[in-house]
Amino acid sequence: MNTRLVIVFLVVILLSGCDIKPWVKPYQRSHLADPIMQFSRDPVSTAYINHVYEAREGARGAEGSQGGGCGCN
Amino acid sequence: MAVTRLKGSRRLQIGLLVTLTLLAPFLVAAVLPKDRLDALYHAYNGGGVEVDGPSILWRKQFGQYTSVNANYYIDAISSASIDAVTSASPYKEERREKSIGGDFLLNTAIMSLGYTVSEENDFDAKTASVSLSQDVFGDLTTVSMGYVRGWDQIGKNGDPQFSEKANRQRYRIGVSQILTRNMIAALNFETVSDEGFLNNPYRSVRYLDSGSASGYSYEPEVYPKTHTSNALSLRARYYLPYRASLLGEYRYFTDSWGVRANNIAFGYSHPHGQNWIFDVRYRYYTQDDADFYSDLFPNRQAQNFLARDKELSRFNNHTLGLSVSYEITPKDWFFIDRGSINLSYDHIFFRYKNFRDLSIGGVVDQEPLYAFDADVLQIYLSLWY
Amino acid sequence: MHYTQLPKIVRVLALFLLVILTATPHAEEIMGQAPDFTLKSRSGENLKLSEFRGEVVMLNFWASWCGPCRQEMPLLEELYQHYKPLGFTILAVNVEDASSDAMAMLKDIPVSFPVLFDSDNKVSDIYGVEAMPSTVLINRDGNIRFVHLGYLPGYEVEYAREIKSLIQE
Repeated sequence: MNTRLVIVFLVVILLSGCDIKPWVKPYQRSHLADPIMQFSRDPVSTAYINHVYEAREGARGAEGSQGGGCGCN
Repeated sequence: MAVTRLKGSRRLQIGLLVTLTLLAPFLVAAVLPKDRLDALYHAYNGGGVEVDGPSILWRKQFGQYTSVNANYYIDAISSASIDAVTSASPYKEERREKSIGGDFLLNTAIMSLGYTVSEENDFDAKTASVSLSQDVFGDLTTVSMGYVRGWDQIGKNGDPQFSEKANRQRYRIGVSQILTRNMIAALNFETVSDEGFLNNPYRSVRYLDSGSASGYSYEPEVYPKTHTSNALSLRARYYLPYRASLLGEYRYFTDSWGVRANNIAFGYSHPHGQNWIFDVRYRYYTQDDADFYSDLFPNRQAQNFLARDKELSRFNNHTLGLSVSYEITPKDWFFIDRGSINLSYDHIFFRYKNFRDLSIGGVVDQEPLYAFDADVLQIYLSLWY
Repeated sequence: MHYTQLPKIVRVLALFLLVILTATPHAEEIMGQAPDFTLKSRSGENLKLSEFRGEVVMLNFWASWCGPCRQEMPLLEELYQHYKPLGFTILAVNVEDASSDAMAMLKDIPVSFPVLFDSDNKVSDIYGVEAMPSTVLINRDGNIRFVHLGYLPGYEVEYAREIKSLIQE
């Protein structure tokens, strides 16, 4: 599964060619720059709620928040 | 090391490197995170467990290329959880976690380093992390990868001779992509690999024992010395024309212990006027139990690995959450640019499918399945300066 | 065990650093007539680029929601104050649909050079704006001499060098 992921990743990027032009112009980015469009507006809160789930569930990883895990029991 | 280099993750690293080399001509600006101070009070109450405490984050830029951050976090735990009521010992304790980190602007990429120390009276953990983030394709795509290394020191209250270790590693790779003027998506993959003492020294499993008054007896849990997992998640945010946003998330998880989990989440953010933002969210999580999990083993030492940890059982949970944020735009506050007061509440319903509530009692192996609800509250102040 | 892992990580990171540190420079030197345009300025009057023939002109495409633009603005004001007497001007072209956010930002970060509003993005398209901010340096004859995509701390030093060279041309 890991190898396939890498191949897909590379193929998509390479096939797009080196001459790709951004299809969303930089001056069209006002909506995307809006704070409500961030994946995580409040990093402290996001880190906390991720910790609440990770401590009580079997799954871990890929929550999207940066930084080291909690390392708690 | 028992779980050595994962061929997949090495190929990922090389793949990423090659990709970035090809993309080198298209690298554009990156920005350090803004200076801020957050003071959060968190409180969790569910299943007999109460945990609350502060989390303080401070972040400041020094010079043009460096931003430093520090975090102080406490979990004050008072637990009479199901584990404590039935077999493990009830406890009251405090976990203190301190972190420092730095973000460095290197030409057009940001490198982040972090170090965390977590301490409680029977458990110490140190974590070091490094990650790199790069904007490519005219800033439409951000590629990032990270590596985390952890060292755990496990002790046991009442047993000063008890001392075990565990080592943890996490590799993370992510791509965030702007799809349209109104939509951004992110794909993240993370592989975690732990080795050493991975169970809880206080927890036990139960087995059928006709000789015992209750019909069952306890023995200590036995876990494998390694644990490897993979998680893949996809998230997307969509901007609604009247100024609001939708969030969708899905994650798939699988590990070497047989646990398979899926979770899906939806969120809606609605600003009102200049100052208010309301968020509502729903999350659903479901998991399959670990291969060596059982609520009741047929006899003593039934298998080489034994677990009765409800976190490894088959269960699901639903979360409904709501947040309110009020922006304060201080005109004459010294050096504060803006701030916000926030309140966040989540209600989580846990429903276990093969973990039984022994506190209620009943015929062995027919006790009611365990279920509980948890309240999670967060109150915080954020300041940007 | 950690030994065999560590060098790999270090190798990967070192190569990654090498790649990004030697990335293509952000500035290009291109020749060609700067396309003329007319835009409304914040004072209300229309300004035409060709009116500034004879002066060195810096076109800066910016938006209030763009972090690096906010960082760059005060530094552009410094450059303007310094080189204006030698025949230099800055035309800050705001690319937002509505001018309200831009005006709010100018209250916080006041500048004395002309600010133009390209609300339908016609000029941004003509100039092929590929990054925010984008800075175009035009010489006295109306030819584009330098283009900068984005802003990173330290760019203002290059701007000063380029402005000086265009003034002395």
